[in-house]
Amino acid sequence: MKRVGVFLCWCGSNIAATVDVPALAEYAAKLPNVVYVEQNKYTCSEPGQEQIRKAIAEHRLNRVVVAACSPRMHETTFRRTLASASLNPYLLEMANVREHCSWVHQDRAEATAKARALVRRAVAKVQLARPLFQSSIPVNRRALVIGGGIAGIQAALDIADSGHKVVLVEREPTIGGRMAQLDKTFPTLDCSSCILTPKMVDAAQHENIQLWTYSEVEEVGGYVGNFQVKIRRRATSINASACTGCGACWEKCPAKTGNEFDLGLGQRKAIYVPFPQAVPNKPVIDRDLCIYFKTGRCRICQRFCTAGAVEFEQQDVVVEETFGAIVAATGFEQFDHAVYGEYGYGKHPDVITGLHLERLISASGPSDGKVKRPSNGAVPETVVFVQCVGSRDEAKGVSYCSRACCMYTAKHAIMLHEKIPGVSTFVFYIDVRAAGKGYEEFYARAQELGAQYVRGRVARVYQRGDKLVVMGEDTLLGAKVQVEADLVVLATAMTARHDAQSLARTLGISYDQNGFFTEAHPKLRPVETNTAGIFLAGACQGPKDIPDTVAQGTAAAAKVNNLFAKENLLAEPTVATVNEAWCSGCLWCKPTCPYRAIDSKTISQRQVGKILTRQVATVNAGLCQGCGACTVACRTGAMNLLGFSNEQILAEVDAICP
Amino acid sequence: MSVGEQSWKPTIVAFCCNWCSYAGADLAGTSRLQYPATVRIIRVPCSGRVNPQFIVRAFQRGADGVLVAGCHPGDCHYSTGNYYARRRFLLATRFLEYLGIEPGRLWVRWISGSEGHKFATVIKEMSAALERLGPNVKLREGAL
Repeated sequence: MKRVGVFLCWCGSNIAATVDVPALAEYAAKLPNVVYVEQNKYTCSEPGQEQIRKAIAEHRLNRVVVAACSPRMHETTFRRTLASASLNPYLLEMANVREHCSWVHQDRAEATAKARALVRRAVAKVQLARPLFQSSIPVNRRALVIGGGIAGIQAALDIADSGHKVVLVEREPTIGGRMAQLDKTFPTLDCSSCILTPKMVDAAQHENIQLWTYSEVEEVGGYVGNFQVKIRRRATSINASACTGCGACWEKCPAKTGNEFDLGLGQRKAIYVPFPQAVPNKPVIDRDLCIYFKTGRCRICQRFCTAGAVEFEQQDVVVEETFGAIVAATGFEQFDHAVYGEYGYGKHPDVITGLHLERLISASGPSDGKVKRPSNGAVPETVVFVQCVGSRDEAKGVSYCSRACCMYTAKHAIMLHEKIPGVSTFVFYIDVRAAGKGYEEFYARAQELGAQYVRGRVARVYQRGDKLVVMGEDTLLGAKVQVEADLVVLATAMTARHDAQSLARTLGISYDQNGFFTEAHPKLRPVETNTAGIFLAGACQGPKDIPDTVAQGTAAAAKVNNLFAKENLLAEPTVATVNEAWCSGCLWCKPTCPYRAIDSKTISQRQVGKILTRQVATVNAGLCQGCGACTVACRTGAMNLLGFSNEQILAEVDAICP
Repeated sequence: MSVGEQSWKPTIVAFCCNWCSYAGADLAGTSRLQYPATVRIIRVPCSGRVNPQFIVRAFQRGADGVLVAGCHPGDCHYSTGNYYARRRFLLATRFLEYLGIEPGRLWVRWISGSEGHKFATVIKEMSAALERLGPNVKLREGAL
């Protein structure tokens, strides 16, 4: 005997203002098997939940419908309420009369009529609900962190400090990421290397961290607690344990190219470490550049290596490892501002980006910290900064704000005023966004030191003699502005990695329209993804500055540690199930399963006195994620999905139609 | 269309996947985007869970239109569910046509969790299109 209780939430006035809840209550009371109906101002509140518990006991309810907000909001809450009243939590159904009804309609009669249909649907479905029980799966307490920038380093260190093993995978030959390229950091002007390199070394030396640089994630299978990951460890051509990092090899190497770390402002060899503080401080051979790999002759580095560490015959190795959790911390790329042809990038060597300027200011940079014009090596007297190059520009770039540029431009201005006495700096901006601890004060300091902020976009940059003429507009004065500059610095937007989408697919996580990975909830679950066991840290989730990135790295680590605090995980019981009597053993379901959760098994049956053996499908509940693709592929209807059964959905259709 | 007929409003049964389109509809709600009260949503884990049988049943029970909404291709929470949905509905549309149901009554749309606006727009457009088509009478029980 089904005894359904219906609890109707007013949600203050959120629902009650548009839906006639008392009339809905009267209606619900007449629905089949409904024995109890109650209205609450806030059903999700503790008194509201207590009412449910009381009603379950007093009216011997064995099914509960809550007509309130979205189940994505409070299904878990009310499932817990049922469990605390000793009712199986899966005997609950929610009717979404807020997000899908009261908030999107204005006509009270129409909204109430629709709410009736939604409650009818929930009552019809809950009748067919069965008690379901979570199964437990063991957790492999080992984490994979993808990306060795500050976000990944922070996450790896925090997980490792909790006593769990971590593999930190980095695509480049060294960890450090973008932060390693910076000179100083706002708003305190700490030297970036001074605060980053100790962390890099910590990560490399931590007993719980395995550092795999020059490696990439190729395939991810499995599920939370048990991810199977294939990682390609690219051949460095160096025996890392033999190499002493003496540097004789890269001194002698004859093949040169622009150094990526210095954005092409300096040079590196084919055998190289990206920068002197690299971790691990062992070189790799760039096989596309190396003369030996191109022509079969040279081997100079090998000849000069006294340790015998150069191994040309090394091959890539693909290793398969098991992890319980994954943190994606793959960072960002710089917007390709070549689309702003009017700013003359590429045409005038003195038009550079903010990151270039970081390398020019840096004491370890290609100019040893002396800011020089790339064209003639002269010290610039007038420098123009152009903000929002790519950011907040839907026509050419991206619509979002890149968040860090206002502050790093203020930093650049301050540092130029400190380094070059008498320098003039102009900043063309749309708005200055200095939200953050100590940020506004930092921006004020840039102005005090003499940075002139001009509100307006730059229209054009062109060459006149050896100067660059910057044509812009001061929208506050309503006048055209023209500045003769020696150096123009573009604050280019932060964009998602060009291959972020392909990594998202590999990981099975989602990304937004800009290619940044999507968090499970923008406010309440900022570092989780919709795929259990995969977490996000840093700019791969959206543009952010270093403090936020570090905070997110730590947050992601906390989430991983939460997961690892348990020996076993409880798996959702809403999985596929086979009716063996109906299964014909065709196994059409098997290839539709994206999780390889379906297999065949042989069963024995007694039929007219004989024992028959035949093949049927079987579902591995630990692997099944409950998508239900197999149920539709099944020709006999033997495959069904618990919690979303064929019978339930048909009953919902019947109930919801007029 | 005469004045009297204008009071008729279509009924749309929408199968929304839990991860994208249901969340998109939720976002339309939290953003207070208004759309016609013609749509009634059934939550399914994935658009790949929707059996064409459910659609036929909705038409039998008097739905004037059916919307199947899932994650964008490539974004499926279960990686491939919406590809199955896409292939199945190419066939389902032809089957419905064979039954005499106008293909314009079955819509398949990809609506992400961040596209509350798109959800509201699709419902507005679909309601308007169904108003032009008029009530579904073909499979409807007792309609003949």
